[in-house]
Amino acid sequence: MKRLILAILMATPFLLSACAIEPLAPWDRDILAQRKMQADPYPLDTALDEHIYFSKEASHGGAGVGGGGCGCN
Amino acid sequence: MQLKKKPAAIRQTLAVATASLLGGVAQNANALETSSDWEIDSALLFYAESDRIVLAEPVVRVRKDMGNDRFLTVKLVIDALTGSSANGAIPTASPQTFTTPSGNGTYTTQANEVPLDPGFRDTRGAVNADWELPLGENLTGIFGFNFSNEFDYQSVGLSATLNWETSHKMTTWTLGVGFNADTVKPVGGVPVGLTNMPVLPAIKATEGADHAKDVQDLVLGWSRVLSRRDLLQLSLGYGNESGYLSDPYKILTVVDGATGAPVADPAQRYRYEKRPRDRTRQSLLVRWSHQFENDVLRLSYRYYTDDWGVDSHTLDVRYRFELADGDYLEPHLRYYTQGAADFYHTSLIDGQSYDFASADYRLADMVTTTLGLKYGWALSDRSEFSVRAELMKQSADPSQVIGVQSQQDLVPDVDAVILQFGYTLQF
Repeated sequence: MKRLILAILMATPFLLSACAIEPLAPWDRDILAQRKMQADPYPLDTALDEHIYFSKEASHGGAGVGGGGCGCN
Repeated sequence: MQLKKKPAAIRQTLAVATASLLGGVAQNANALETSSDWEIDSALLFYAESDRIVLAEPVVRVRKDMGNDRFLTVKLVIDALTGSSANGAIPTASPQTFTTPSGNGTYTTQANEVPLDPGFRDTRGAVNADWELPLGENLTGIFGFNFSNEFDYQSVGLSATLNWETSHKMTTWTLGVGFNADTVKPVGGVPVGLTNMPVLPAIKATEGADHAKDVQDLVLGWSRVLSRRDLLQLSLGYGNESGYLSDPYKILTVVDGATGAPVADPAQRYRYEKRPRDRTRQSLLVRWSHQFENDVLRLSYRYYTDDWGVDSHTLDVRYRFELADGDYLEPHLRYYTQGAADFYHTSLIDGQSYDFASADYRLADMVTTTLGLKYGWALSDRSEFSVRAELMKQSADPSQVIGVQSQQDLVPDVDAVILQFGYTLQF
């Protein structure tokens, strides 16, 4: 089951790329250009949250690279 | 120099003009939309666990538009921590005395209370710098450096991320690599894993003053514009950690396999934990952002698995209500659940042999639930103030409950409050 979910999710880019999503004209990108629609609109919130959960849970990573380690006992 | 500045100025003028033209489309004016030469982003985080760790963390991030689509970002963090942390031993019916990590003193835990080492006091300073620049048509590179230092830990790292836009800028592929060379330098030296914690004045067995830890990360990302209002992102993460991965301050209680009570000899009662020296982890992250008329829903899910036997699921939901004058209110829910590491043991059974063992509740079967609320004030179109308050609860399960241990709350819940103030200014 786990493998099936992973396979479906990994295939999503190719499935969606094959779908005919009409390219957006530059004047139709007003909404996506807003800060609140960016991948990481509030990077400090994200970094602070990552620091907290890195220190308090057994899993971390996955969203990007960089940052840095801490002892976090 | 003047020539180099010009594109940024033109871009800014165009952005402002476009924003004015589009004013009729997007009804609510948001703060921080226009591009700017400088952006200063600051935050002050307070994190407090009931009866345990208290942390204050000021952060400043400065982003400078250097012209020609080049950006320099520098971030400084100070992280001041004090308080008590669970040492890994189980609560028992009688008081317990432990030797401090330095080996110079002791601390005592009352009967029926979870043992906390009260001596945690650390200040961490960190600096990050990112240089973003175009590398070709539709290709952007971000090159980063980070350094952090605290009393017993040092981290130095480099990272590189490439973003490639394709399909009329409807799709972005991302490739990121990161490498960190860390040094663990515990108070009192690195204890030899699974050896006994000595009773003062005896001295613990150590394997040197410090140990290295290397961390490598690889991220492959894909993001796709689904419509004028929808963005979907997928990221596959692969990471490897090698070197000293144990927590030098954590111990385990050695118990009688039949009664569950700690062994009688105090010099044999506690052992230092030992984790494998290598860990490989993989993750899959899916994020979806959707804008309704003005409100924004952000959903994310991460599946994580590693060769320590930890599997986890993280679900994160944020809904941003747009209020008048660019203010917003954003409730947040995060739900995290993990399965225990293979070598997580709440206690060790006397006479059994173990290759690896840790009683750190962060490696146990665990659920973390976080509920939060953020309010953002648009002070102008170029500055914003925000307050975020969250409540976090962690509930972990013991791996095994033997005999008299059933009379104790072996792994009590951890409750924490997160309070954060933020201020962003563009000019």
